[in-house]
Amino acid sequence: MKLGFYPGCSLQGTSREYNESVKALAAAFNIEMKTIDDWNCCGASAAHSVNKELSLALPARILALAEQQGFEQVVVPCAACYNRLAVTQYELNQDHNLKSNIEQAIEIPFNNHVKIINVLQFINTYIKDKIADKIKKKFEHKVACYYGCLLVRPHKILEFDRVEDPTSMDELMKTIGATPLEWGFKTECCGASLSIARTDLVGKLSGKILKDAADRGAEAIIVACPMCHSNLDMRRPQIDEYIGKEISTPVIYVTQAIGLAVGITPEKLGLQRHFVKVNIL
Amino acid sequence: MNHTTAKNIKETTGVDIDKCYQCGKCSAGCILADDMDYPPSVIIHMLQTDDQTNNKKILSSESIWLCQNCENCIGRCPMEIDIPKVMDYLRTESVKKKCVSHKAKNQLSFYRSFLDSVRMSGRLSELVMTICYKLRTFNLLQDVKLVPSMLAKGKLKLIPESIKNKKSIKSIFKKTTTSK
Repeated sequence: MKLGFYPGCSLQGTSREYNESVKALAAAFNIEMKTIDDWNCCGASAAHSVNKELSLALPARILALAEQQGFEQVVVPCAACYNRLAVTQYELNQDHNLKSNIEQAIEIPFNNHVKIINVLQFINTYIKDKIADKIKKKFEHKVACYYGCLLVRPHKILEFDRVEDPTSMDELMKTIGATPLEWGFKTECCGASLSIARTDLVGKLSGKILKDAADRGAEAIIVACPMCHSNLDMRRPQIDEYIGKEISTPVIYVTQAIGLAVGITPEKLGLQRHFVKVNIL
Repeated sequence: MNHTTAKNIKETTGVDIDKCYQCGKCSAGCILADDMDYPPSVIIHMLQTDDQTNNKKILSSESIWLCQNCENCIGRCPMEIDIPKVMDYLRTESVKKKCVSHKAKNQLSFYRSFLDSVRMSGRLSELVMTICYKLRTFNLLQDVKLVPSMLAKGKLKLIPESIKNKKSIKSIFKKTTTSK
């Protein structure tokens, strides 16, 4: 099967280490993914707030290109892009008039049946069973698996994991020897796109998440979304200010944690790019 | 009775706000309810009254711009009312009717700057977006301290990425903006 890859804009910029670690992991497990040619921005998290048609047309062009280029399945590591692509696919399949309007806007007719998978589904499908044989150094740390909002909600559309207490990332962490903790903020929002205009609120929302993880003894927070990562990592000064003390718990992408366990170097996984030093290597 | 507000929302978004019986789970779970002038359940209730004064209050509220569509409310709503979709509708209406809360101007500027960058090259350039945002809001010094470490970590792309078929993106923007 031809497996497509949609990086999205964050993975080309501030979250390039996520891109690096997804690709390094795929290469280590001999998985061939091909980037959708001429992909565009999906519009998250701005378009839906100001223009419904635009918020559907931008992801629709990506879905149509993927189909045109013969992909049956597309891996979308960014949770926000994954959400927008999946929601657009659903909305257009529900409403034929809307679909034909959007098709006119993007000027590419398409069937809209490409399967969109997030990073956890990708790992579960193509990698999970092979991890045990490849482990070089167990990732023996207590971790708080942070799913965020967009991987699991809305459940009716995404149909992925459990909406209140998802477990798929926790299960993956067990396979590399980590101890996932029970904690209260698995799916609470980090403040998402308030990052620029309302940094104070991101400090508060991400602060609550980080404090709970640290209080329960997490040595790292594991994430699968570039927006969650940059809010918990890059906005650490605002978080520390909200909490009133410095918290040194690093934030690591799920692909980096697994990558480390199967012996990929920290440099190849981009761990040196985090603002909060990864102090558990 | 002729509930115009509920009818308009239903026609545009497919969401039936009249199904809400004010259990309050959305507001209880909303991570930003504390910071909102009206929490989600109150917004829905005010819309249900179909009162022009209430509508105006909602469209000029800060709440609708604080909402990040984290979808916690719909996840917990016993009637599965898609509040985030209603929020999208309210934001669009608020811009259309030119009554965006002054407290939310920066958030709207962020969204516009984001889309400006996408319109230009087909992909988001964090640098172009930030420059557009700074020019719009005059927050020239915000996050400047981050620049040296972002450069050192290779996280700041100086040359915006561009897609090949930029025409198609320009056309998408044109068609979806003028159809309103």
